[in-house]
Amino acid sequence: MYRYDEFDEAFVRERVAQFAWQVKRRLDGSLTDDEFKPLRLKNGVYLQLHAYMLRIAIPYGTLSSRQLRQLALIGEKYDRGYGHFTTRQNLQFNWPKLRDIPEILGLLADVEMHAIQTSGNCIRNVTADQFAGVAADEIEDPRPVAELIRQWSTLHPEFDYLPRKFKIAVTGAPQDRAAIAAHDIGIGVVKNDAGAVGYRILVGGGLGRTPMIGKVVRDFLPKADLLAYLEAILRVYNLEGRRDNKYKARVKILVHEIGIDEFRARVEAEFAKLDGPTINADPEEVARIAAYFAPPAYEKLPPVSRAYEAMKAANPAFAAWAEINTFPHRQPGYSAVTISLKGIGEAPGDATSDQMCAVADLADQYSFSEIRVTHAQNLVLPNVKQADLFALWQKLGAAGIAEANVGLITDIISCPGLDYCALATARSIPIAQDLAKRFADLDQQRNIGPLNIKISGCINACGHHHVGHIGILGLEKRGAESYQITLGGDATENAAIGEIIGPGITAEEVPDAIERLVSVYLAERQAGETFIEAVRRLGLAPFKAAFTKEAADVAA
Amino acid sequence: MSAQKKTPLPAILLANALLDGDVVFRTASGWSRDPREALVAEDEATANRLLDEARAAFARNEVVDADLVDITRDEAGVPVPNHFRERFKVKGPSHRPDLGKQAEFGVR
Repeated sequence: MYRYDEFDEAFVRERVAQFAWQVKRRLDGSLTDDEFKPLRLKNGVYLQLHAYMLRIAIPYGTLSSRQLRQLALIGEKYDRGYGHFTTRQNLQFNWPKLRDIPEILGLLADVEMHAIQTSGNCIRNVTADQFAGVAADEIEDPRPVAELIRQWSTLHPEFDYLPRKFKIAVTGAPQDRAAIAAHDIGIGVVKNDAGAVGYRILVGGGLGRTPMIGKVVRDFLPKADLLAYLEAILRVYNLEGRRDNKYKARVKILVHEIGIDEFRARVEAEFAKLDGPTINADPEEVARIAAYFAPPAYEKLPPVSRAYEAMKAANPAFAAWAEINTFPHRQPGYSAVTISLKGIGEAPGDATSDQMCAVADLADQYSFSEIRVTHAQNLVLPNVKQADLFALWQKLGAAGIAEANVGLITDIISCPGLDYCALATARSIPIAQDLAKRFADLDQQRNIGPLNIKISGCINACGHHHVGHIGILGLEKRGAESYQITLGGDATENAAIGEIIGPGITAEEVPDAIERLVSVYLAERQAGETFIEAVRRLGLAPFKAAFTKEAADVAA
Repeated sequence: MSAQKKTPLPAILLANALLDGDVVFRTASGWSRDPREALVAEDEATANRLLDEARAAFARNEVVDADLVDITRDEAGVPVPNHFRERFKVKGPSHRPDLGKQAEFGVR
């Protein structure tokens, strides 16, 4: 993992001291609310419905056990004993008091963490594939480049007041687990025909009220040119992105309005003008960063662990969990393990301080003290010996986090919604809870297979509903909560925006409606065909018919 | 505080305490964290007084996001906001009855 150097350390400590001083001045009246608000937002402090909220950056979703333990402690001491992992691989505390936040930021700085770039119109915390560095299908570990972008973007003087927020995601594998096409810039590591490794750059993706899939602005960018190219994109956006209307201010609108070809021409013209060598990172610095992400000291193991195979044969519940929650590792004899934070009836992405401590202990014991956060609001132990999986599973069970549902219908993404969020128009968590209870049966879940349900409590789409195979958007309709269902969205390399399939329905009607959609799939699917594949083949019509029939039944 | 459209009456004034962020209610004599103690404005003169007090409290750095909220009294006489958003704001997260004012003051 990356470790702070003296500049990182001094910078973060300085920000804590500045914020402590800003809070003091707000409380004694030296700063007005209008003056203080942008300052608190620059440090991840929001005001929600019931309390302040602190959003803590987890750069590219990588945490050490020491950091996770510190988050657990903060949750215990300053919050209500739990935290919420978000779709941007961050952690939110829902109940901190403003007077305590400087102290909390100090505790974060103690473990090389902060809440910078989690809010405001700047380049936000960079996200990445949760299996970075360990995935068997990976071309190259994307974390060094994510860390490089973090260092380049933090307090970048030109890009600190962009027209709007700016989100970058990176993946090192052809299979996109980081939803890069739903970001302002998506970076994919690719290999060209000559065998050279470089980047494919997407631009103009994003969700919210105007969902767009990112478009390719450069098919192959040599690795060394990355920062200069990003600078060219950001400069074009910073100069030409709209500042008159916040709903049209994201780069996706600019790309959409002038077209990707014109946008590309402007970026390439800017790129040609830039003095690359003064902007691009010094190869020595790139090597210094990359060295932090060197693989841990793996043991040389046979590709198949006999003990593991025997345990699976003897214990079907373990076998089911192992099949669903582990991911192929590049190192023989190891697996990457996803720890589901989607217990049936629980709030998606929530973890108690006790659970965070348990995961930190297990990371120490089984995974070189490292943890990842996924954009699907789960945790990952990236480096577990297969022979240890049974013991790990038992201990996860004791901590209440051994749900065998990763990628299945109850592994639901959900924003906090109106249970916490001041922007929300409807609740999302209870919808997720009701759906998980409806589809709780594991045999049924496995029979249904991979299916992503994503729920947002407002049009801003933090719950990524547009790219859910089934998306659910909570709105207000005539003074009551109403839910709009979309179908056919996809967050992967086959990215697609879902389409609305019928009129809004009430919260109570949602589980039946979703069950009806799933029934169409089960009745119509061909051998080996997943839900989303069936939706693509069949089109929306049969699903719409089932959905509308139900809506009509309810109305009758 | 927004220059809002006229809030229907009866109404209460709720805000977030600056220091803690907690939801607070204007009472006859100050601010309370307990929604049952909220002063209910039945007439326009009282509502305007509440708004004046909200402005003053904001200026004194006591509260932020103060707003009049229209309510209906329940059987026990406790004011309940008419809109679901403010009902959640008064009660706490609906999926966590152990948290927020629903837990502390038993508001339903």
